[in-house]
Amino acid sequence: MALTETPMQAETAQTIFEKSKRGRRAAALPATEVPERPLAELIPENLLRGEPPRLPEIAEPEIVRHYNRLSRRNFDLDTGFYPLGSCTMKHNPRLNERVAALPGHARLHPAQDPRRAQGALELMWLLQESLSEICGLPHVSLQPSAGSHGELAGLLLTRAYHADRGEERTKVLAPDTSHGTNPASVTMAGYEVVKVATNERGGVEMDDLRAKLGENEGEVACLMLTNPNTLGVFDEHIAEIASLIHEAGGTLYYDGANLNAVMGHSRPGDMGFDIVHVNLHKSFSQPHGGGGPGAGPIAVSDRIEPYLPKPQVVRHESSNGHGPSFDLDFDRPKSIGRLRGFQGNFGVFVRSYAYILSLGGDGLAEASETAVLNANYLKARLAEGRAGERLPIAFDRHCMHEFVLSGKPMKRELGLATLDLAKRLLDFGFHPPTVYFPLLVDEALMVEPTETETKESLDGFAEAVEKILTEAEDKPDLAQNAPYTTPVRRLDEVKATRQPVVRQKLD
Amino acid sequence: MTRYTSATPDDRQEMLDAIGVSAVDELFEQIPEPLRLDHPLALPDGLSEAEVYERLAALADRNADAETQVCFVGAGMYDHYVPAIVDAITSRSEFLTPYTPYQPEISQGGLQVMFEFQTAMSELTGLPVSNAGLYEGPSSVASAGYLAIGATKRRRFVVSRGVHPHSRETLRTYSVGYGAEVVEVGLEGGLTDAAALAEAVDGETAAVFLQSPNFLGAVEDVEALGAAAKEQGALLIVACDPMTLGILKPPGECGADIALGEGQPLGNRLDFGGPSFGFFCATEAQIRRMPGRIAGETEDVDGRRGFVLALQTREQHIRREKATNNICTAQALNALGAMVHLAWLGRQGFRELGELLVRRTAYARQRLAAVDGVELLHEAPVAREFAVRLEAPVDRVLDRLAERGIAAGYPLGRNYPEFEDGLLVAITERRTKAQIDELAEALGAAIAAERGGPAGEGAVEAEIVEGVA
Repeated sequence: MALTETPMQAETAQTIFEKSKRGRRAAALPATEVPERPLAELIPENLLRGEPPRLPEIAEPEIVRHYNRLSRRNFDLDTGFYPLGSCTMKHNPRLNERVAALPGHARLHPAQDPRRAQGALELMWLLQESLSEICGLPHVSLQPSAGSHGELAGLLLTRAYHADRGEERTKVLAPDTSHGTNPASVTMAGYEVVKVATNERGGVEMDDLRAKLGENEGEVACLMLTNPNTLGVFDEHIAEIASLIHEAGGTLYYDGANLNAVMGHSRPGDMGFDIVHVNLHKSFSQPHGGGGPGAGPIAVSDRIEPYLPKPQVVRHESSNGHGPSFDLDFDRPKSIGRLRGFQGNFGVFVRSYAYILSLGGDGLAEASETAVLNANYLKARLAEGRAGERLPIAFDRHCMHEFVLSGKPMKRELGLATLDLAKRLLDFGFHPPTVYFPLLVDEALMVEPTETETKESLDGFAEAVEKILTEAEDKPDLAQNAPYTTPVRRLDEVKATRQPVVRQKLD
Repeated sequence: MTRYTSATPDDRQEMLDAIGVSAVDELFEQIPEPLRLDHPLALPDGLSEAEVYERLAALADRNADAETQVCFVGAGMYDHYVPAIVDAITSRSEFLTPYTPYQPEISQGGLQVMFEFQTAMSELTGLPVSNAGLYEGPSSVASAGYLAIGATKRRRFVVSRGVHPHSRETLRTYSVGYGAEVVEVGLEGGLTDAAALAEAVDGETAAVFLQSPNFLGAVEDVEALGAAAKEQGALLIVACDPMTLGILKPPGECGADIALGEGQPLGNRLDFGGPSFGFFCATEAQIRRMPGRIAGETEDVDGRRGFVLALQTREQHIRREKATNNICTAQALNALGAMVHLAWLGRQGFRELGELLVRRTAYARQRLAAVDGVELLHEAPVAREFAVRLEAPVDRVLDRLAERGIAAGYPLGRNYPEFEDGLLVAITERRTKAQIDELAEALGAAIAAERGGPAGEGAVEAEIVEGVA
């Protein structure tokens, strides 16, 4: 591998603060128009700031150039295949951006009187109805800001439900394959996590579940489950799991991160779940934005409904021949209260509702079907040749929308860690799959292609993996030292944690 | 119908052959038969792009937005002008469509933006550590509560009634979960009652929560109020409006351990309440208890400067149930918007904007106070928002002003029963002197009409009743 620096590598990263020069500026502000009284006449001097914050001083053309150049140091979904497991990197339709930017949405103040925000409230109500149908549960709150926020909401709902029945429960069950947010949310909600083991088919180990329920009789508040789970397989015992949890008096929580596998094919409500969160930034095409924004609405059963966050969007039928009207309902005496300000991430709701309208019910089912087809095809391609030997599938059965490979033989036989493979994939122009998750699988590699990828992309990815494994037979150091072509090469993450430098030092 | 998939019948056949099944249905057989949906979802058929656009444009048309109304409503989110370059930069695919920067080698753009954003927020708040952003304002307040419990091992919060009602409500919601008592301290003349606060803070208090400017627009003396927290070893947590930090003393210089708030005024549109971002800054002592993503500077194997997610050992994907928070969203795109807006305003412009807000607000306050039937709700100093009392029912006055295309403010009665007659008026650089003058005139006319009783105002009356439905 040639170690000649690429032009981008030769360029030293410079922050916008380092490009600042005293006296330069971009913004021109409107004239004050009113008397220019000294500030100290209006606000006591001891509450005023001395020196202004040292923000960059830079003209507009150079701001644009700075961020455009920075943008080229990112890999993104619009540039290439992004099979990041559990993240559902599907195409982000630009129509959704256009409709979200309409002034009636983008410049609508959140405290606007509901009578003058009827279009927004109707849109929220329509999205609630759509998610309710997709999840198979009758009630929806759009308020949670993300999946983890939905989890916290679900656990607080569970607490309120039990408290209302005079019960106090302290434990929440979660499989050892669960997303990290699950146990983190459990602690934040004041519960203790009890781990449940996974069986040889990738599902919940039923004997262990029964044992944990027995050991913690009367204590279990909830079981949090992802189905299909993080191994990409559907838990066949879900009906039995649901009745065990319900008999034990607990609620069943569905982490909707993997809903993209089953839209229009199976519904969490029908599986027996009481509370579901939906990641609008996964299944419903909200762009990920490099780490947000998203939204994590929750759908719930009748028995959980009284505790939903407030306000709730409600629809009133008209008695005088006019159309229905919409309102925010704050009169919810059993509600857990607010989880955030105002009504939620409305801009995300607009995009996701546009997506649902575009595809329709049949289109959503087709999307899930193709997501499952693509995943199984890529799994089959990776079961061939060297990949099949060095990167075996962790649980050998048909997968749903994603699957997990184990790099254990690759590490043992070629000396390549999963991380090495991931870094080498960068040189081939691919975003690597999720690595080292789920924790249950040694050297895990979790692959989720999504429905919006072509067969050619999947073939290209399989070929790249094959090529990396082939070259590693003679030259394992090639992958061990990868990447070579990216703006920077492997970074020292340990240093960044041991001696954290989290801001630019300014003069 | 619209589809974003591309598999042709031939593709499908080839793929099925490779998998070794004859139909996709076979792949779904792992779902037990009774749980397979035996009917299509009861959702309308898909539409073309043009049809979806029309449908959503029709909904948007039924909202009174700040483009068609003159907006004096604030209460945490403000109608600032967002410069065009913010839209241009945040809509670039390279920023819009990636995931969280888990692979730093191909995410240097996003990571450097986080680092720049952290630098800017530290500079604004006067605190050395900033994260890369949280969901939004009120939930950031609740996350600060969780941090305070971890830092002090105490479980009692003292909260000023000047803190945004949504923040107080969210803090209460979270507190039921992580187990904390919330004690509220009232207001006196628009400001936090200092004596009551000092009395409420005790040796069991984990944190004192203040907001400045507070919900009524009043600038608090954070330093003086915070002394009670310092004496008892409680954390001082201060919510602030970032747009005022060019002119108001930063929380870090007032003894705050944590400064946080709603980031919307910086580079984010109103969007009926979201998405925006929350900012969260703290002292060095709290760095390992911070919630959310933090970017840090480091080097690559060849010694090049680079950026990574730092201190990940705090986070859920590593620490699971022992994580400092469950959050994994940084609202990165919204924080980028803020950073671009701040760079555009720059050192001079940011301060000038603050001054402009204070002066126009002072003008508006004086102008409104002179209106017959309007008086100031408090006389404490204000920066960009102020509260008045109306001698006529607030909702009816607001309806009358809406008829004239003015959203006159936020009715305080929604959250403060003690201020049923209160109206909160917000000023941005978009609110001109002429608009302020028109507001004063229209407010006077509306109050006069209301005082005259609904007689002779039948048309307005009928419309209001119909609108309420």
